[in-house]
Amino acid sequence: MPFPLTRRHAGLLTAAFLATSALTAPALAQTPPGVLVVGQIAEPQALDPHAVTAVNDFRILMNLYDGLVRYAPGTLEVEPALAEDWEIDEDGTVYTFTLREGVTFHDGSALDAEAVVWNFERMLDEDHPMHEATGPFPLSFFFSAIEEVEAVDDRTVRFTLNEPYAPFLSNLAYPTGLIVSPAAVEEHGEDFGRNPSGTGPFVFEEWRSNERVTLLRNPDYWDGEAAAEAVIFRPITDANTRTAEMLAGGIDIMVEVPPVALSQFEGAGFEIVEQAGPHVWFLILNTKEGPFADVRVRQAANYAINKEALVNDVLEGTATVASGPVAPAFSWAYAGLDPYPHDPDRARELLAEAGAEGAELTFYVTEGGSGMLDPVPMGTAIQADLAAVGLDVRIETYEWNTFLGRVNPGLEGQADMAQMAWMTNDPDTLPFLTLRTEAWPDEGGFNSGYYSNPEVDQLLEQARVETDQDERARLYKEMQEIVQEDAPWVFVANWVQNAVTNDRVENFSLEPSFFLLLKDVAKN
Amino acid sequence: MGAYILKRLVSAIPVLFGITVIVFLIMALIPGDPATAILGAYATPENVERLNRHLGLDRPLWQQYFVWVGNLVQGDFGRSFALNRPVLDEILDRFSATLVLAGTAFVLCALLGIVAGVVSAARQYGLADKAITAAVILGISVPSFFLGMMMILLFAVHLRWLPVSGMYSMFGGGDLPDLIRHLAMPAIALSLVATGVVARLTRANMLEVLRQDFIRTARAKGVHERRVIWGHALRAAMVSVIPILGLQAGFVLSGAVYIEIVFQWPGIGRMLVDAILKRDILLVQGGVVFVAACYVGFNILVDVAQAWLDPRIKT
Repeated sequence: MPFPLTRRHAGLLTAAFLATSALTAPALAQTPPGVLVVGQIAEPQALDPHAVTAVNDFRILMNLYDGLVRYAPGTLEVEPALAEDWEIDEDGTVYTFTLREGVTFHDGSALDAEAVVWNFERMLDEDHPMHEATGPFPLSFFFSAIEEVEAVDDRTVRFTLNEPYAPFLSNLAYPTGLIVSPAAVEEHGEDFGRNPSGTGPFVFEEWRSNERVTLLRNPDYWDGEAAAEAVIFRPITDANTRTAEMLAGGIDIMVEVPPVALSQFEGAGFEIVEQAGPHVWFLILNTKEGPFADVRVRQAANYAINKEALVNDVLEGTATVASGPVAPAFSWAYAGLDPYPHDPDRARELLAEAGAEGAELTFYVTEGGSGMLDPVPMGTAIQADLAAVGLDVRIETYEWNTFLGRVNPGLEGQADMAQMAWMTNDPDTLPFLTLRTEAWPDEGGFNSGYYSNPEVDQLLEQARVETDQDERARLYKEMQEIVQEDAPWVFVANWVQNAVTNDRVENFSLEPSFFLLLKDVAKN
Repeated sequence: MGAYILKRLVSAIPVLFGITVIVFLIMALIPGDPATAILGAYATPENVERLNRHLGLDRPLWQQYFVWVGNLVQGDFGRSFALNRPVLDEILDRFSATLVLAGTAFVLCALLGIVAGVVSAARQYGLADKAITAAVILGISVPSFFLGMMMILLFAVHLRWLPVSGMYSMFGGGDLPDLIRHLAMPAIALSLVATGVVARLTRANMLEVLRQDFIRTARAKGVHERRVIWGHALRAAMVSVIPILGLQAGFVLSGAVYIEIVFQWPGIGRMLVDAILKRDILLVQGGVVFVAACYVGFNILVDVAQAWLDPRIKT
C-alpha cells in the first residue's frame, strides 16, 4: 500500500514552499524615521490623567498634557509650565497662579482660569456634573488640602488650602495635576479616557486596543515643536517578548529592561540609559509583637542582610543600596547616611543580647508588583542571609493584589516582615504615610509595622507644613538619623530606572520623576 | 435531527447558568479587590471604601449577582473599569483575534493530525510511521510557550524572517499576507501539541478499523487502496476522532492564553489574564461566560456532527 510522491503532490509542495517564501521574502521593514516606537509594559488603563495611577500610563500622559508646573529637566524641582508665575502667601495657604497667554487645548478650546478651576472641581467636588460620570479619581486625595479654587480673572487662578502643605506644588507637577480640556470631557463623557485632549507637545491620534496608542506632533505647542513627528506606544506585557522586539528592531525605546536582559544590549547598536529615581525598596518589620519588637533584633536584620549582593547580583546593578526612608533622588532632603554594613558577626551579637537566636519568622513576599523589582529572588536571598545568622525565616508568597490586601491592614497576628516599595514625587509622602504613629493601619495609613516614635511624628508633621526648603531639609535629615537607628524597616534598595534605545534615537534621557518626556527626542 | 439539536441546546442552559454562578463566586472569593488593584500602594481603607462605593461593590453579594445576570440576559455585559470601555466591545474585538489564531491552529491540528495519523496507520512500523511517531512524541512533550520563545529567537531575532509579535505591522501591512506573517509562528506553536494528540488517536483508530471485515471485503472487491484508506476506513475512524477534535478545540482555546502572551496576540486569553491581575471583575466574568458559551456551542456542534456520521448515537 504505497503512497508514491505523485506529480500532484510535488506540485502542491512546491506551491506551499513558494507561498511561504513569498510571505517571508520582504526583509522586515525598520520603523520609519521621525516616528518613535516605545515598548510599554502594559496597555494603558485610560488617558485621563486624573483617573489613573500607574507609571505606565503616566509615560503617555506626560506627553499629551501639561500641568500648571512641571519638574525641571533632570531634577525634582518645580518650574513653570502652563502657569508662568505664582505667588504663595506668608502662611503658605494661598497659592496664586498666573497662566501663560494664548495656550489652547488640542481640541481648540482656550486654556483659561475657568478651565483650571473646572479641572480641580471635577476631581474634588462630588456634586460636579462630571464627577460621577467620568470618575473615580483614585489619587484625588493628593489635593485634599484644597479648600477652594477660584478664577480671579481670565489668567489668574487662586487655590486656598485648609492648612500649609509643603508638597502642594510638587503634587501639581504630578500627572494627577495635569490639565485636561473641559470641552473634550463634556463632549465625550465617560469615553474621555479614550479621547483625550490636553495642551501637551503631542496630540492624541488613535488608540487601538492592545496594539498601540499613537500621538502626533502638536504644531502649535507653546514650548516649541517636538522633534519627532509621531510617537507610538506599544503594550508588550511579556518581558522576553519586549526584549526580542527591541533586538529585532520592532521598537526604538524599551523601558524597564529586566536585569537579566541588560547584557543583550551591551553591544553596538544600542544604548542603555539609567537614572536613579525617588524609589525605596524595604522590608516592613512588625515592631508591635514577636522578635522585631526589640530594636536590637531589627538592627541585627539590617546588619545580616547583604544589600550589596542583592543590588549587584540579584538585581544586576539596577539598584543602589538604600540607607534610610528618603531616596537619594531628593538630593536636598537626603541625609546621605552610611547604610548598615553587611556584618553577620554584629548581627549575631545583637541577637544574642536580645535572646532572639533561632527565632522563627514569617516573611511575606510578593510575586511582582509596581516597583517591587525582582521580589521572589530577593526574598529567597534575604531568607538565606537571615538563616546565616541563625534566624529561621518562613516565606509566604502572594500575588500582588492579595499581598497588598494582607500587608496594608497591618502585619499584627500574621507576619513578622513584609516586602514593600514606594515611588513618590516628594520626600514627604512616604514617611508621612508609613512611619507616623497616626499612620497605623487602623487610622487609614500604611504604617503596617506599627512603628511609633513621638520625635519622628513631630518632625514629620513640622516638615510637611514648613514652607522654607532649608528648614524642611534639616527636619528630614534629622528624621532619617532617628529612623535609621530605630530600624523599623530593613532599608534595602533604591531602584535605578533603566531604558534601552537603538542608535537611531537621539537626545533621550530618563527623568528622576520616572516620567518619560519625549518632546526633544529625535529619530533618524 | 431537529429534535436532537433542540434537546442538546436546551441541555446547555443549566450549564451556562452554572458557569455564571461559578465565575461570579470565584471572583468574589479570591483575595484582593478592584479598589486595591487600582489604588496600589495608596489603598487605604478609606480610599478603598470610597472607590468600592463608586464601583457598586458595596452592595450585598447576591444583589451584585442578580444585577449582573439580569443585565447579561439582556445582552448588557457592563463596563470594564480598567479599560474604560464596554465589556462586550472589548470581548468581541479580542475574541475575533483569538478566533483567527485558535481557528488556524485548530485547522492545522485537524488536517496535519489526521493526515499524519492515517499515513502512519497505513504504514504501520514502516519508516514513515516511526518518523511520525517520533515527531508526535516530541511535539506533545515540548511546552508550547517554550517552543514559541525559541521560534521567536530563531525566526524573528536571528533570521529576521518573521515579525516578533502582534497581529499586524505597525507601519504598512494590515493586509492578508501581513496577517499570515504574524500568524505563522503563534499558530504553529499553538497547534503542535493538539496535532500530536490527534495524530496518535487517528492512528490508533485507523489501525482498529483497518482490521475489520468490511475493509477486507472492500479490498477483496478490488477497491483501490487509496480509496479503502481515505474513503472507507477514515470515515469509520472519524466517528471516534471527531470527539477528540472537539476536545482539542477546547485545548487550543485555553492554550491560546500562553501563546497570546508570548506573541502579544491581542486575543481574549491575554485579555483575561490582564483582567484577573487588575481584578477587573465585569471583564473577567463576561469574558469567561462568553468563552464558555462558545465552548458549549462548539461541543453541541461536535455532538451533532457525530450523530450525523453515526445515527446510532442520537438515542
